[in-house]
Amino acid sequence: MMDGKDLKHVNEDMRKLLARAAFGRGDFEDLFVVPVFAVVAALVLGAVIMLATGVDLPTIGQSFVALAVGSFGSLNAVSETLTAAIPLVLAGLGLGLGFRAGLFNIGAEGQLLLGGTAAVIFTFSFPSLPFPVLMIFGLLAGALVGAAYASIAGILKATTGAHEVISTIMLNLISFRLLEYILRQPYIQREGRSDPISKSVPEAGQLPRLLDWFDPNLRLHAGVFVMLLAVVFVWWLLFRSKIGFAFRASGANPDAARYAGMRSGLVIVAAMATAGALAGLAGASQVQGVLGRASPGFSAQMGFDAIALALLGRSHPVGILFAGILFGGLEAGGRQMQVDAGVSIDLIGIIQALIIVFIAAPLLVRAIFPWGFRKETKGGKA
Amino acid sequence: MDVELRGITKRFGAVVANDNVNMVIRGGEVLGLLGENGAGKSTMMNILSGLYSPDEGEILIDGKPVSFDGPGDGIAAGIGMVHQHFMLVPVFTVAENVVLGVEPTKRLGYLDLKKARAQVDEINKKYGLHVPADALIEDLPVGIQQRVEILKVLFREADVLILDEPTAVLTPQEVEDFFSIVRSLKEAGKAIVFITHKLHEILAISDRINVLRQGRITGEGVPESLDEAKLAEMMVGRPVSFTVDKTEANPGRAMLEMTDVIMLDDADERLLDKVSLTVHSGEVVGVAGVQGNGQTELVEAITGLERVASGKIIFDGEDITHASVRERHSRGMAHIPEDRHRDGMISTFTIAENMVLNSYYEPAFARGMAIDWASVQKTAAKYCVDFDVRTPSVFLPAGNLSGGNQQKMVVARELERQTKLVIASQPTRGLDVGSIEYIHARLIEARDEGDGVLIVSSELDEIMGLADRILVMFDGRIVAEFDNTGGKADRNAVGLAMAGAHEGAAA
Repeated sequence: MMDGKDLKHVNEDMRKLLARAAFGRGDFEDLFVVPVFAVVAALVLGAVIMLATGVDLPTIGQSFVALAVGSFGSLNAVSETLTAAIPLVLAGLGLGLGFRAGLFNIGAEGQLLLGGTAAVIFTFSFPSLPFPVLMIFGLLAGALVGAAYASIAGILKATTGAHEVISTIMLNLISFRLLEYILRQPYIQREGRSDPISKSVPEAGQLPRLLDWFDPNLRLHAGVFVMLLAVVFVWWLLFRSKIGFAFRASGANPDAARYAGMRSGLVIVAAMATAGALAGLAGASQVQGVLGRASPGFSAQMGFDAIALALLGRSHPVGILFAGILFGGLEAGGRQMQVDAGVSIDLIGIIQALIIVFIAAPLLVRAIFPWGFRKETKGGKA
Repeated sequence: MDVELRGITKRFGAVVANDNVNMVIRGGEVLGLLGENGAGKSTMMNILSGLYSPDEGEILIDGKPVSFDGPGDGIAAGIGMVHQHFMLVPVFTVAENVVLGVEPTKRLGYLDLKKARAQVDEINKKYGLHVPADALIEDLPVGIQQRVEILKVLFREADVLILDEPTAVLTPQEVEDFFSIVRSLKEAGKAIVFITHKLHEILAISDRINVLRQGRITGEGVPESLDEAKLAEMMVGRPVSFTVDKTEANPGRAMLEMTDVIMLDDADERLLDKVSLTVHSGEVVGVAGVQGNGQTELVEAITGLERVASGKIIFDGEDITHASVRERHSRGMAHIPEDRHRDGMISTFTIAENMVLNSYYEPAFARGMAIDWASVQKTAAKYCVDFDVRTPSVFLPAGNLSGGNQQKMVVARELERQTKLVIASQPTRGLDVGSIEYIHARLIEARDEGDGVLIVSSELDEIMGLADRILVMFDGRIVAEFDNTGGKADRNAVGLAMAGAHEGAAA
């Protein structure tokens, strides 16, 4: 029955099959309209919460103005937003990659802490190395240690089936205490200090400030390029590389991946290690670009915020980039809000949480803003 | 109770699932509803049971128009549906499952299970269902579980029973029992809608037959004036061949040799008990057996998905007993898995991605560490054309395809490569006659090109039609072998062996 078709017809059929569908309205709604409305709804609900806690209307108005100005309203604001976004996006990329591979990695916080600490130790241990070399090796040290730490959870899962949620939570707890111990070692602890705090990253190991020639207060550093490179790399890894295909297949349907001959153990360990490397890189960029040293809790919960970020960005590298900039903006703007309007910065945490709730419940968003969406026909397959 | 569906039209977006369908269902009668996958049978019945509301048309019960606003209204009006996939709680007893949602209670909401049991037994007796009311669902065979579903519907006093592909999960013996239940329901005045795509069944049990194709009624009649060929043509829209067209096998060298293979489960019970078999190049070997007698494990052992405890597996002269899935695959072993949804494809991935699920790393599709997607997409389009996978684009998720097209996609992926051995497990389960015909032809084609083909199927007809040699599995062992050249194997003898009657014992 195939003989009836001549070659021309076959070619014509193939051409049709290879025509890409236009970017549908449904995709647009999922990727853009829902997140935008989620943010709007969260801000409105944030205002309601302020009202309920006795903040008067003018102050609420003032605080939202401060939020906008503090996040994107000036060069300094943009610089602060991006600076805050760098480690969030890096760690978020790792988590998103893990989600794609079906791994719910809660351990970014610990990987980030140990990675950052490794970067500090490496850079002050080799102060004689010249500028770009020491900086790059510092970042690599952070990535490597992050990867190694995350691999523990990966290996446990691959060999014994231990669930990664449990093991990464435990590894986080271990990392907190481990960090305090490390920071008290004489080789690492800053001279003359009794509290756990490390020596400083030497100048040659720092990520250079990008805008200090313009205004010495602008903190934006070269980590922003690391972040952008990581976005491109993770996108390539997930959607263009062989191993990324195995990651996604194992995440979407582990049985089918196994039947297709993909080695689940290898995928688990490789995906955890890559996620850990990105989290470690986040820690390294934070200490080499902003903090200059390691101290207990220098991660400031970024490893946990990054989970929300990866969800908000739908585990897509570009989505995570935008989500990171949004979270960076909320953080920078939140500080301004506290200064200008005297509203507690905890409100920012509430707004972030509300955004996640709305993103996680697209049906709720659709119900609140019915005019933003095309009407959908109900029903399943014929 | 009589039900009439008048001018029913239902659209999903641009797709018209039902197009001006008229149908009459009468009490005391079995209406057979025949159609390919995606012909609109399920949509039709979901409208009748109140799950969907029609865009046009009306439903009349005993001449009076009704409108349903959810499945609760359907059951309240006496229309009950037995779904293809059971909706039972495995750790509950039969009686508990039957009353779930409408539990008889005493004061303070105390569950009156005694009453429930009595009611279940009463229905049991009335229709000859023979279901033990106190048994746990998980301990019951599939055929009995299905009767529990029927019990549920009867308990809710349904007068119209919609049975959605009820025989798909049953063994031939269970089908007979099932038919006698359907007959007793009919005699009690119930109206039955029997949905299937199996032609001989619909002829055996129906009083009237409606055929649905592409959302329209394309044929009506009584079984006396119809036969399988006519029904198939109404269903598919063209004449269909039922006999697998094939020449005599021309067996060559041994492609697969298993010797004394033993596979153990967690409790060290033998799942495969010293299985030895050979598949030659150029022949189709069929493995028959009632499901759960080790066929799944046999395939897992051959394809490398599970480790064997002892024994030897030789593939084209090389020992592959400990080779990985990928290694076996790259040496030319094709595997069409039993459960295509779970194991054979990733429904959220595009058709192009699914087409290279197990070959994406090969030089044809990869450049260094990256996948050459342009090449993948071109190849996928070619596979779709070659294997008649009907889709507007290779960029659509595989989940959007109908069952038959999904299976063609899997078959295309496995057979388009250079293969030496094809392992096909239930290759046509749940498919319509058109797709079955096509996939059978492709498997025979693979044989004629010199592949060894091993087919595992619980459909005896399929084995009888395709295989040159038939092996029967029972309790993890191969208990009988039949030469089927020219279809000469004795169907009854194969059936007996499937039931566990050894040649030795029978002789």
